[in-house]
Amino acid sequence: MKNWNIPQDELLYSGHAACQGCGGALAMRLALKAIGENAVATIPACCWTIISGDVLYHALKIPVFHTAFETAAISATGLKAGLTMRGFKDTTVFAWAGDGGTFDIGIQAISGAAERNEDIIYFVYDNEAYMNTGIQRSSATPWGAWTTTTPVKHPEDKPKKNIDEILAAHKIPYLATVNVAYPEDFIRKVKKAKEIKGFRFIHIFAPCPPGWKMPSDISIQVARLATQTGVFPLYEVENGKNYTINYLPPKKLPVIEYLKLQGRFKHLNESQVEYIQQMVDENLETLLKKHELTHGTLENIPRPEFYK
Amino acid sequence: MSIKKVLTGNHAISYGAMVSRVQVISAYPITPQTQVVELLSEMVADGILDAIFVNVESEHSAMSACVSASAAGARAFTATSAQGLALMHEMLHWAAGARLPIVLAEINRAMAPPWSIWTDQNDSLSQRDTGWMQIYVESNQEAFDSVILAYKVAEQVYLPCMVVLDAFVLSHTSEPVEIYDQEKVDEFLPPYKPMVAIEPGKTFGYGALAAPDTYMEFRYKMQKAMEKAITLFEKEGKLFGEMFGRTYGLVEEYMMDDADYVIVTVGATTSTARVAIQELRKQGEKVGLLKLRVIRPFPFDKVREVLKGRKKVAVLDRNISFGHHGIFYQEIKSALYPLKERPQVYGYIAGLGGRDITVKDFIDIYHDMKNREDMVEIIWKGVKL
Ligand SMILES: Cc1ncc(C[n+]2csc(CCOP(=O)(O)OP(=O)(O)O)c2C)c(N)n1
Ligand code: SF4
Repeated sequence: MKNWNIPQDELLYSGHAACQGCGGALAMRLALKAIGENAVATIPACCWTIISGDVLYHALKIPVFHTAFETAAISATGLKAGLTMRGFKDTTVFAWAGDGGTFDIGIQAISGAAERNEDIIYFVYDNEAYMNTGIQRSSATPWGAWTTTTPVKHPEDKPKKNIDEILAAHKIPYLATVNVAYPEDFIRKVKKAKEIKGFRFIHIFAPCPPGWKMPSDISIQVARLATQTGVFPLYEVENGKNYTINYLPPKKLPVIEYLKLQGRFKHLNESQVEYIQQMVDENLETLLKKHELTHGTLENIPRPEFYK
Repeated sequence: MSIKKVLTGNHAISYGAMVSRVQVISAYPITPQTQVVELLSEMVADGILDAIFVNVESEHSAMSACVSASAAGARAFTATSAQGLALMHEMLHWAAGARLPIVLAEINRAMAPPWSIWTDQNDSLSQRDTGWMQIYVESNQEAFDSVILAYKVAEQVYLPCMVVLDAFVLSHTSEPVEIYDQEKVDEFLPPYKPMVAIEPGKTFGYGALAAPDTYMEFRYKMQKAMEKAITLFEKEGKLFGEMFGRTYGLVEEYMMDDADYVIVTVGATTSTARVAIQELRKQGEKVGLLKLRVIRPFPFDKVREVLKGRKKVAVLDRNISFGHHGIFYQEIKSALYPLKERPQVYGYIAGLGGRDITVKDFIDIYHDMKNREDMVEIIWKGVKL
């Protein structure tokens, strides 16, 4: 038996309103296990506006302030300021937003809060499109993907915006990518983030079965493949300059293994898949160089037994 | 002991916020507002004011920070003008809808284009229906006093409140302002104790989705709170007078006892109108002045009570609802309509973008109203064509 280092406490109740297999819902469940009850959250317009429950029901064991679409970062800033003035100085205040609310409309407030190094954790659960309004493309939508605004005949033709590099360029104390298919890594990083002061950014890979056109029981499988193919590498950046890759698959799988399970990529031909493979390889190369620059070697990147 | 200081309207607002012991301030620079928060940031830096100052990257964020700080139970303050207020628009709804008693000092500045930094009321009146209470002030002392009063009422009805003053006419003009003893202000305005606030350990969603089954009641309760504020502005305004010697109501009457003709003003032009009324009275004209102070909630009863039985009313609007009328002209007419016997009402538009409104203008307006028999939608004052 593997010894899972995951807290047993549940701070997300069953009866929430997410679809089956929602990566975003699982992400919150894991994040709260790591953060604990001394926390407050703010959630802008996104699927989570619905998932957390309506005015009569509330699916979380922490309070949530619902805020406008583009205000997650500043809303958390204001909560932190208000709570500090009221004496709740050690409460973890976090923003919880989708990729649209983060990569696009929310970026001004995020950049402001990051630059001022506000003492909050910013989580983006990245399902690579505007799901709440019906699967429209966002700047997090990967090249080649179908969405309702990048239809099959004209799939997304821009590469995904590199939000992590944008945040790293703000020299924030801590940034990490996490994936719901790697819960131990996820929990460890959130716990680490919780102990750091200043602006922390956690980028969560969060599959969305309806948006990605796949059955709900393969969410985790697809999420895991995203990391094993190098599409979504797991790494941390400290102070905008120290890069650490946390996990490399023993054998990097070809991206087609990841793409072929999802309807949103079904229309792609061989050369398009090849193009995606090239982009993924390049990104990973760059990341490996940054890791090497920080650590002087690539030797110590873990390849946990469990995932082999 | 209270002290007297010679202050600009902007700094009168800063002192108003200071003695109100605001806890979170967030703002973004815009002329002519900037000095309000410059002084406050200095007060915070010097430790004179125990508050957190969040230096944000936009007005949208400034209001957003105030919204969530207020939701977390702190007394929040910001100030802005024109384009800044327009950029806040979405979050103004958020503040009101979330029932947060934030106070905002709005320095009335005309909207661009064309660029203008001078006064008119179209910026604040564009936000009239966001659920914010609005107080328009005539002097720097009234600006200072109104910040304290705004919190006092806002925190009882859980609605945000704007204190509105004219760009440059007040914002950059110095007048003596009495700053009251902090202990007395504390007595009048105790620390904010919200009914509900976001804090760890309390499990609830604040502002979550409301289905058609529940939404309407939220709005009904907002309206009820506005109605309650009408009585509170009078009650607290009186109490304020007992404590500090200056009584405030929803409206102010000037030489109204026997007036057949009335001029209605809002904001700093009121002082100019007072002089015109004095002149006209000297000439034996039976004219008086009605100053609207609180315009949201709108004091229907008070306005009816004051204007009932008068012959004619001239409303001065430093604003316009394009394709319709001056906004206060609309509001006064709508208040008077249910009366069986109504005075004749005329609407004058003047002073847009900071153009001077002089004593002579008011005297002209008076004669124009007195002699008029026709029905007109808008009377422009001082347009050069
Ligand atoms: C100012 C504003 N514009 C548009 C919307 C409509 N809107 C609500 S949620 C949403 C999409 C959210 O997408 P994302 O942030 O990716 O989260 P997801 O729904 O995918 O969880 C949009 C466009 C809004 N609420 N506010
Ligand atoms: S649409 Fe996608 S992100 Fe939204 S609740 Fe369903 S699975 Fe989750």
